[in-house]
Amino acid sequence: MTVAAAELTITVDRLQKRFGRFTAVGGVSFEVRRGELMGFLGPNGAGKSTIIRMLCGLLRPSAGELRVDGVDVARHPEDVRRRIGYVSQRFSLYQDLTVSENLGFFGGIYGVGRDRLPQRMRYALDMAGLKARADTLVGELASGWKQRLALGCAILHEPRILFLDEPTSGVDPMSRRRFWDLIHDLAAGGVTIVVSTHHMDEAEYCNRIALIDRGLLVAIGTPDELKHRSLGGELLRVECGSLGRALELLRDYPPARDVAVFGRTLHVLVDDAAAAGAPLRDYLAGRGVDGVRAERIDPTLEDTFVRLIGSRRPEAAA
Amino acid sequence: MRRRRVVAVALKELLQVWRDPRSLMLALLMPVIQMMLLGFGANLDVAHIPTCTLDQEGSPFSEDLLKRFQASRYFDIVRVLRGTGDIARAMDRGECRLAVVVPAGFSRQLAGARQASVQVILDATDANTASLAAGYARAVVGGFAADVQLEVAQRAGLAALPQPVAANARVWFNEQLESRNFIIPGVVALVLALVGAQLTSLTVSREWERGTMELLLSTPVTRTELMVGKLLPYFLIGLLDAAICVGFALLVFKVPFRGSYATLLLAVALFLAVVLSIGYLVSVSIRSQIGASQIALFLTVMPISLLSGFAFPIDQMPPVIQGLTYVVYARYFVTTLKAVFLKGSGVAALWPQLLALAAYAAVVTALAARAFRKRLP
Repeated sequence: MTVAAAELTITVDRLQKRFGRFTAVGGVSFEVRRGELMGFLGPNGAGKSTIIRMLCGLLRPSAGELRVDGVDVARHPEDVRRRIGYVSQRFSLYQDLTVSENLGFFGGIYGVGRDRLPQRMRYALDMAGLKARADTLVGELASGWKQRLALGCAILHEPRILFLDEPTSGVDPMSRRRFWDLIHDLAAGGVTIVVSTHHMDEAEYCNRIALIDRGLLVAIGTPDELKHRSLGGELLRVECGSLGRALELLRDYPPARDVAVFGRTLHVLVDDAAAAGAPLRDYLAGRGVDGVRAERIDPTLEDTFVRLIGSRRPEAAA
Repeated sequence: MRRRRVVAVALKELLQVWRDPRSLMLALLMPVIQMMLLGFGANLDVAHIPTCTLDQEGSPFSEDLLKRFQASRYFDIVRVLRGTGDIARAMDRGECRLAVVVPAGFSRQLAGARQASVQVILDATDANTASLAAGYARAVVGGFAADVQLEVAQRAGLAALPQPVAANARVWFNEQLESRNFIIPGVVALVLALVGAQLTSLTVSREWERGTMELLLSTPVTRTELMVGKLLPYFLIGLLDAAICVGFALLVFKVPFRGSYATLLLAVALFLAVVLSIGYLVSVSIRSQIGASQIALFLTVMPISLLSGFAFPIDQMPPVIQGLTYVVYARYFVTTLKAVFLKGSGVAALWPQLLALAAYAAVVTALAARAFRKRLP
């Protein structure tokens, strides 16, 4: 799939970041299109934050090229900073200032004009649902409010690109939901958004997902593409009496290309779910596993995640 | 540099100081406390030296001499000793710093027109006080000797011999020879450095410690805008502190002020630029607030109290140390302050000092601005 360069707002080419002898990002290439909502999905420490920080010009890449809104980040970081908004993983607003003082400050350093700032501040307060709390010290707000305020501060200057690094970590489910509604509204308004998360359900909301693990891009695509194509097969859900025994048996059963435990069931990756069901039942029943039921299911993102990232773990491969 | 961003940073910084009780105390209370402590406490004048006497003769002559010691405001007779052994004991216990011993045969020597001697023993653990005390003791004994001489001459029917030469000492600039007048201007420097460098040393490290730096770095604010914005509020606080200190010096300690306020303001502004950027440079280089404030303390208070001529005159230091004082910024400001306060010197006389301060300010400010990297470590 080729995309015209004009439509690309972020291009990342063989990006690397090493901290001493530790490789945090080991050669990653991808593109983000204008107006796209791109999710970075991966376990903690996968390198998601490091990539986002390099995109914001906060960290200098060890190798590779980065362009944000057509600007080379390494050469003109200040040009990039004018065009982006950033919500960092650790809450970074001033807790000893009030809500509106924080907005006023960030409006000022983003260079929002004095004539325009009151309107933008009203918009941000409205969006974050913080109108009634404009004069509350930020340190006294609950975490859900804080995150919405952080987003409010990041969009005061109407950036074309937003980087959100795990914006909902430590936020209760209701607030998370509300936060994602805001993200969707912004995306609908044409803002390009890159958001990292380790919540599967949040990743489902994205246009495309980059699956990142141990500093490498494992897969990239729409949620559907990842679920089907990247999985490389179909799924059978197996219920049976002795789950542990069945797990061991299926690991030595060639048609089962991968087996993973999901709650009280097993998800088994096969080439053709319709054809594989009956032989698998017989195989297990013949070896003393009783009550075996196998049915074809639609894969979830979690299946892909476990398949692609779990299989890279040495302990899971054993 | 965009004014809008500088103003945003400055306002934010001011709000933070205003809401932080520790910073606020440092900014407003510290000058008052320091002025009181150092102004009342730092007094190099020597008076009321605790003194013991040992009269081994007990004649009218010896009593007359010892009474003169008692009458002097420089000496307080705390004990009358009985034997030589008591002297060491009294000194050891710290009861006295000086002992006057009139030997037996004192009046016989006087009557025989031979030179009589009085022994003065000094505790010189504090050399400065001891040498001053020795001088005062010599003066008391000298006064006694002159009177005796006069009496002898009159008894012999001679006219009093006039003293052949007398030094006519006129004291300029600090007519009362008050050491306070000499010290207080230096205290102003100490307070400004202490408060200025301490407050600024926290300003960047606080952002790192509280996690606000990451977001700040992602914004378009430049490092120069950040520095100017962050130093501006402390510059204003510094000027306010300077006013408090000068007010104390003039109204409470009655230090004479003979110069112009414009010269003073110029010197204070330049000095503030130096100490604030030193604090900022430290803050940029050291990530923790505690570490930064310690180093800032070391870089400001040490040189000012030791190498500025604040209390220890520079021209009496060994040549190597004297050389060192030229490298340290403090001497230029303290010299200027003393000259403005006591001599009334203006820019015409002080331009070398002011120029040195300005050069220092320019260099440190440039270093501080460049030391900041707009990246995460």
